[in-house]
Amino acid sequence: MIEEISIIGGNGRNGEQEPVRSVKFKMGDVISIVGPTGSGKTTLINEIQLFADGFTPTKRKVLVNGLAPLQEYREDPSKNPVAAITQHTNFLSDLPVHDFLTIHAGIRSSSTVQAEGIVTETLSFANQLTGEPISRDSRMTELSGGQTRALLIADAVVIGNSPIILLDEIENAGIHRTHALDLLRKYRKIFIFVTHDPYIALLSDIRIVMRKGMMVKVLRSSEEERTLSKKIRIVDDVMHKLREKIRVGDQLMDEDLEVAI
Amino acid sequence: MKLVICAGTATTGKTSVLRHLIRKLLADGKTAAYLKIDVQYADEDEILSKEFGMPAKKTYSGELCPDHCNVMVLGDAMQWAKRVGCEFLIVETAGLCLRCSPYADGGLGIVVLEATSGMNLPRKVGPMLSLSDIAVVTKIDLVSQAEREVFRARIMEAAPKVWIKEVDALRGIGIDALVRRVEEMPDAGDKLMLRGNPPVGTCTICVGKKDIGWQSHFGVVRPLEEQTFYRGE
Repeated sequence: MIEEISIIGGNGRNGEQEPVRSVKFKMGDVISIVGPTGSGKTTLINEIQLFADGFTPTKRKVLVNGLAPLQEYREDPSKNPVAAITQHTNFLSDLPVHDFLTIHAGIRSSSTVQAEGIVTETLSFANQLTGEPISRDSRMTELSGGQTRALLIADAVVIGNSPIILLDEIENAGIHRTHALDLLRKYRKIFIFVTHDPYIALLSDIRIVMRKGMMVKVLRSSEEERTLSKKIRIVDDVMHKLREKIRVGDQLMDEDLEVAI
Repeated sequence: MKLVICAGTATTGKTSVLRHLIRKLLADGKTAAYLKIDVQYADEDEILSKEFGMPAKKTYSGELCPDHCNVMVLGDAMQWAKRVGCEFLIVETAGLCLRCSPYADGGLGIVVLEATSGMNLPRKVGPMLSLSDIAVVTKIDLVSQAEREVFRARIMEAAPKVWIKEVDALRGIGIDALVRRVEEMPDAGDKLMLRGNPPVGTCTICVGKKDIGWQSHFGVVRPLEEQTFYRGE
């Protein structure tokens, strides 16, 4: 059982020592990786996926429960405890949603009754993430961008049941983030977001700041930031409502904003 | 001489996988020669020779099936790789009709499959997958976790003993374990044997008779609704 993973710092692109020497994540933690484009965020999550052991250019190491990870995590993809969803990840199948999920659930569960249960749970999870309900009979390829992201996450969390889930800049894709974070916290996993979103960053337990290929800081949200995050949540909800109004073809009025603030 | 034969349909990422593999082999002080077998166009030999300064060749199978061509030329290719002083011969070939496989006993057989080609692909590619030693799955970052897992489960179903390696060949992620397997493989013996059986090939179509319909042909023929049977003397 994975209880925690740690990243042991390596070096930057010019060989200089990375300022953060180690950072530890426990099951149930939500982690954000922040930093400008090109600062090494994606490299870091790739290394987590690979269970790097000093063999990547940064020389970072990933430890599981304080020890070198099992070789089988790297050798046998079915034993790799990491699921990754990026901006490029997509569904290619044109099966109806329910049939597709049943195939995936079928290779994960011992009985069809159990499989049907997790398919239902997955659909309901996805439908709490997206504003546009996903019907079990829609074809996978007909889903909108937001529905697709929602179902990708729900499938990885519920059916895939991976203990570690990496989400690489998926926040701009029609997902209701407030709901998403509340929901994700109910599952005891390690969620790692690569994000530019202040709301996700503030609500994370751990924030890793990247610069020039290095982990330069590990932050935990301050009291002030926690208070602030409640206000940001209001702004976020307002933006969400405005987006929904525009989507359904309404025109916005001054009061839409004023009422909220 | 160690022999690696890499098969896979066009655009699956065979050359990208091999490029990362070759880079790491050479960095570890190994020597390798490269042969590309293709039907009518290939430039990978020039690209790899330019990039790594390694001995590289290509051969066009033309009228022959590429896997048939592979059987014909592999003996000469082993001699060539030995002559140019290499420890590894890496052969890249485009499998075509999915009825046979190019792997030889004593060599390492690698099939490259792309995760983006649909969940049923492992059920369709036949001996190119089932007789391989390693199935490298590329483009994994482009498909959902679900499709990745179903794809993997179906490879296991078609080829229970194959070692599956998922890679992102553009960025070279996941290649190291593959390099270790290649470096640890034993030498191929002096006498190489094709691992699988070739499909039935001595037929009237093979020799150029173009009439449609089994009634026009002799030898092993097959109507739509019946099994194959022998027709002729």
